[in-house]
Formats: sequence, structure tokens, C-alpha cells
Amino acid sequence: MKEISTKLKAKRCKPELRIGVGLALRFQLVAFSLAAALSSRVVAQAAAPTVVVGAKNFTEGAILAELMAQVIERNAGAHVERRYNLAGTQVAFEALRAGGIDLYAEYTGTGLRDILGDASPVESAAQAFARVSQAFAQHYDLMWLAPFGFNNTYVLMMRDDRAQALGINMLTDLAAHPLRYGMSHEFLERADGMPGLRRVYDLNVAALVGMEHDLAYGALAQGAIDVSDGYSTDAKIVTQHLAVPRDDKHFFPPYEGAPLLRRDLVTRLPAVVDALSLLAGRIDDETMRRLNHQVEGENRSPAEVAATFLRALGLSDTAVDVQTRARSLLGVLWQRRWITLDLVRWHVVLTGSAELLACLVAIPLGIGASRRPRLATAALGGAGVLQTVPSIALLAFMLPVFGIGARPAIAALFLYGLLPILRNTVTGLRGIDQRIIEVGLGLGMTPGQLLRQVELPLAAPVILAGVRTSTVINIGTATLAAFIGAGGLGDPIVTGLTVTDVNLILSGALPAALLAVLADGMLAGVEKWATPRGLRVNANGEW
Amino acid sequence: MIELRDARKVYADGHVALRGLSLRVEAASTVALLGPSGCGKTTTLKLINRLVIPTAGSILVNGQDVSVVDAVQLRRGIGYVVQEAGLFPHRTAEENVEVVPQLLAWPAARRRQRSAELFALVGLDYAQHGPRYPAELSGGQRQRVGLARALAADPPLVLMDEPFGALDPLTRRRLQREFIELKGRLRKTVVLVTHDVEEAFLLADMVAVLADGDLVQLGTPNEIRAAPVSDFVASFLGV
Repeated sequence: MKEISTKLKAKRCKPELRIGVGLALRFQLVAFSLAAALSSRVVAQAAAPTVVVGAKNFTEGAILAELMAQVIERNAGAHVERRYNLAGTQVAFEALRAGGIDLYAEYTGTGLRDILGDASPVESAAQAFARVSQAFAQHYDLMWLAPFGFNNTYVLMMRDDRAQALGINMLTDLAAHPLRYGMSHEFLERADGMPGLRRVYDLNVAALVGMEHDLAYGALAQGAIDVSDGYSTDAKIVTQHLAVPRDDKHFFPPYEGAPLLRRDLVTRLPAVVDALSLLAGRIDDETMRRLNHQVEGENRSPAEVAATFLRALGLSDTAVDVQTRARSLLGVLWQRRWITLDLVRWHVVLTGSAELLACLVAIPLGIGASRRPRLATAALGGAGVLQTVPSIALLAFMLPVFGIGARPAIAALFLYGLLPILRNTVTGLRGIDQRIIEVGLGLGMTPGQLLRQVELPLAAPVILAGVRTSTVINIGTATLAAFIGAGGLGDPIVTGLTVTDVNLILSGALPAALLAVLADGMLAGVEKWATPRGLRVNANGEW
Repeated sequence: MIELRDARKVYADGHVALRGLSLRVEAASTVALLGPSGCGKTTTLKLINRLVIPTAGSILVNGQDVSVVDAVQLRRGIGYVVQEAGLFPHRTAEENVEVVPQLLAWPAARRRQRSAELFALVGLDYAQHGPRYPAELSGGQRQRVGLARALAADPPLVLMDEPFGALDPLTRRRLQREFIELKGRLRKTVVLVTHDVEEAFLLADMVAVLADGDLVQLGTPNEIRAAPVSDFVASFLGV
């Protein structure tokens, strides 16, 4: 128990990012094994009064999770384990079903449309809640508690001045103008997203691009796009001066936030339900937007924002230490120095183990391939194909096999690391003067002796150059491991991207770059050291 | 000592290197395989230490068919010298000379003693040249080290593939003279591949002239010079 919580603490800085629907789809594949991986944790702690609170990987999910966690800690006398930054609905939901987590905050609309696949029209928020409550109890043995009080539905966002200039107040008004739409990937794909919206409102689409949600704000501000999709409780709607035309045809269903929990938790710890009911109806749209802004705009932590809010509600009397993130880059770097050191250490472990495994596989494979042209074609081709798989997709593909955390990340980095080592091993061995090989054999070396005593020493510089390339690339790629909960220097980068904090991004990116430069220099040294002296000396012979 | 019986070699790409060559090399004699490039002389040499497997025919060394003996054991008993010596660039001159003794697991002291002997034998200074890498030696020095390496385990048979081919004329003459002197002293059986007529006549007891995968004439230098069997041989010899 203690060991597990310490382990969780070590991964304190987790990614927050919405991932596109392509990735989300792949996560569906993983849901089962992921859930299984998480459930083993619960078995281990069944005896203790522990509640595992999950959260999807975005700001609001983290704040709601903290609110729930803190009221449970204070009012239900239970120990809470936090399992945040789960990559999307599918992962969070499957983890809940499998018992990897006991509860998380979900939205009624998401439950209806995404989980139940129920596309029928919804008349009211109350109806949506009634439908999910009934269906989830029946099909999944899960329970929806009373909503928090806000409706975080989809909205379309425009720059305030642009909407005013065009006279757009309702979504119906959009049809009259040819506009450029920059939508999140998930919104583009969902049937109840862009395709349905276009049909219902007869949108006049001049251009349509898919983009990362967090980058859409910048694109709107610069006028690169006119319209993007967002969420009604998004703090940036206020801070970025965005207009939100009314959904006059009620295209978007209600998305009321509410605790979604396992029924066995209710039996096990009934006090949890009472504690969570303290939050029912206490957070309206405006409040949620403010809380989101406190995290994203004021650089405060979800835990602290939640504690302050609970204190204001009179649900807690604990004094809260308000600590905001430093504003200057140097301030952030200094404030996070110990965290960064931990992350660097972990980053080195991730890349180091992946590279070690890659060497253990790629060098023997390369030796084999240097002798069999057909194997070389197959192996280099295979490793080449792996290289073309986008890093984030490769990471996602690892999830069904390895669950979440370090193992899938190491597996993906291992696969990425193969090609440079493999190619250089083959090139290095093939590049050896054939006459030298023939002399070795002619003098009576066995193939093994020839390999160890002649071929490998002569090819070593080239092979090590491959290891060096592979390592430097992987130090960069490993920052993406944060997407699948593997931690490392990608954590502050991903979190910084979500809360639009450039300094936070740099607090991960700068050490990563420095690490890459250091590794490059060190491996260059190793390469030089491993180059046989006979290949380095200059001819100064005499006759 | 060595006998090739009707040896034929067709490479995978269809190139016919040898068309059925028969040749006997007597113990303690030196035979030169002489001919223009592509005539099959290097293939013939490599048949003897099984670097090349014949398509047909058989090769006997000391009365034993090489195709049935262990290739590694066979090769450790045959010295091998190639053009530009083929020294291992990552090993010092001394380490190169000790390759075969090391493969034979001689104790270090014996290896060192043998190295010193061999350096002296081929006219190099053990203390001065031993620790040098091939890149630090001149062409002639490298060739001497190559010869020392081939003789390290005192094999009765030495194969030499254009051993003096890459040297400047002056160095070549000097090494050739030393070779003749060594040959008389060591009484090895030597098969020497060369395209240099003068070298063949100077060094060999018997000269085998090859052309296009066939043995066209075999005889002592004097016999061949006196009576070339064909216009081709005559024009190749320049007589």
C-alpha cells in the first residue's frame, strides 16, 4: 500500500492533453488490457478503505477529480489514491468497469453518445441524466450521482470582434458566410460533431482543417481560422475574448458533469456517496470556468484550486497554501529543479533501457543480416516501416500489449531505436575489406573467431555511431511517452501545452535538449574510444 | 604434396574459372601459377586452402582430400600471404604475426619468442616494428610482416597470392632476393600466384602457365623459356 502510493507520488507530474480521435480509437483496442492492468492494483489493496479516483487528461477532469478526492478524504474518512491523466473517455471508462479506478467525473452527453452510442435526440438535461442513469445501472453496474451543476457542452467559438462584424449570434447565422473552420480531430470524426453540425446548420465551409484543440486558440487570435470547437466551461472563452453563438437548434446534447462510480464502492463505503453529494449542484458554468481559469490562467495546481474552493463553500476549514507557478522562465526552472532532476533521471531510465534492449536485438540481427542479403532486406525493411509509424501512434499500439506506464513506452522506444543500430551494424560489417576477411579465414579462424577478433572490432565505430544516432533521437521521442502515462521530461511539456504555459513547456524541453547534447557528446567519446588505435594512427612508417 | 585432379570451378554467376585443371606440386618445391588476370590462378590457389570449393574434381594435400578434412584445421597448417599483406589494421605488427599461434593457443611466452624469431627472419626489428600498427609501416615492411605471419606456426605449405605485387620495383627486387634465400633455408612447399613473368622465372622451381581456366604449360623456367608450347605462351612470356 505504502509502496504503491510512493510510486504514484514519483509520477506526480502527469500529462494533460486531449488526444485526437484517431488515437482515441486505438485506445479502444487497449481498453480491456488496460483495465486488467489497473484492476490488479485494486486486488492488492482490497482490505484497506481506499478509494481510487480517476481523471481524464484535461484541466477540468483534474479539478473535478481533486474536488471529489478531497471531499472523500475529509468526509468519508477514506484514503484516496489519485489516478489522473487517463487518456480519454474509453480508457477512463474501461478502467472504471474493470475496477482499476472506483470513480471519475463523466459527462452525461459523453455517456449517452460515446459510451452507449445512443444518438436519439435529447429534450432536456434531466432526460439525458435519467437515460444514462438507467442504462449504466442496467448494463454496466455503474452509478451516476447528482450532477455538479454545470453543463459543459460543445460550443463553436469565434473571435468576438469577428462575430460582431458578421452579425453572428446564433449558429443559424453561420450559413450566410463562407468561413474557415479549424476543428479538433475528435470533433471532425465524430458523427455528432462536424458531419452532423454541417448538415443541421447547412454550414458554408470555405476551408476545413483538423488541429490540436489547444492550438486552435492561437489560430483564432491570429485570424488563421474563423471558427473552432470548444467547451462551454473553457476558461479561455473569457480570457481570449471569444464569442459563443447560441446552439439555437439544440444540436449538441447536454453534457452535465457528474460523479460516475462503481456500485460495489457504494456497498463497501456508503459514506462516499454522502460525501460526494455535498458537491451536487454547487458548481455552475460560470464557477467551472473560473476554476479552470485559476489552473490554466493563474498557474495554480488543481489540488490547491479545489481546496480553496471547498473552503469557500464551507466544506473544509483547512488553511490552503496558495502557491502559484513562477512567471519567469528562470523562476519556473528554479522552482521545479528537484522535480526536473527526478524527471531527467526517469527519462534516462526510459531511454537507457530502450537503447540497451535495442542494442541486444539490433546488433545480433545486424550481424545475421550482414551475412544473408535476404534477411538484411527483410530486417531493414521492417525496421524502416517501424520508423515511419508516427511516434504517438507507435506508443498507442503498445498499450494493448503492455498496459499503461513505462513498459509500453520502453517497448515503443526500443522499436524506434532498432533501425539506426541495425543499419549501421549491417553497413559497418559489409564495409570491411573483403581481403581482410579472406585472410582471416585463410589463416584458420572460425567464423566466430573472425567475427569477434576482426569484424566486430573493425565495425565498432560504425555500429556505435548507430547507437549514438538512435539514442539522441530517442531522447527526443521519449518526451512523447508522457502521453501514455510513462512520465519523463515530456510531462511538463504536455501539461504546459494544455495550460498554454510556455515556461512550463521549456522546463521539460530544455533539459531534454541538454540531455540529448550530453548523450551525443558522451557517445561520441565512447565511439572514439572504441575505434581501434590502428585505425586512428597516421602512416609514418619507413623502409 | 599437393595434387589437383581435374579441378573445375564454375561460380554462381556462371563464370567458368577453371575448366578441369590437374597439377602436382612436389614437397619443398616452389610452383608459380602464372598467367594474365582472370586466367584462374587465384581460384586455383584458394582451392588448396578450401576458400573456394570446386564444382568438380578433387584436391589432395599430403594425400588427403581437402573436402573431407576440417577446413579450420587444414588452414591452420597452411601459411597464407596476399597482396599488400592483408594485415589486420586494428592489430600491431606483432599481434598480426601472433594470430595463428594465438588460434593454436600457444602460451604467451612461446608466442613472443616465436615473434622475435620471425621478425629477425624477415629482416624487421622486433622492438621497433613490433608495436607498430600496419598504417605506421611502409609497404615493404607490411609485406614482411605478412610473410612472418604466414610462417608463424611453421607450416610446411605456404600459399602466396601476388605477394610482391603492390610494391615499388626496388623494394620488390629486394624482397624477392630475400625470399629466394629464405626458401633455400626453410624448405617449404610454396604455391605462388603471379602475373609477373620475371618474378615467376626468378622464384619458382616449376612454372604453371594458365590461360582462360586451363593449364597450358607446366615446366621448369628453362624448359618453358626454351620451348613455349603455343603462340599464346610465347607472346605472354615475351620470348
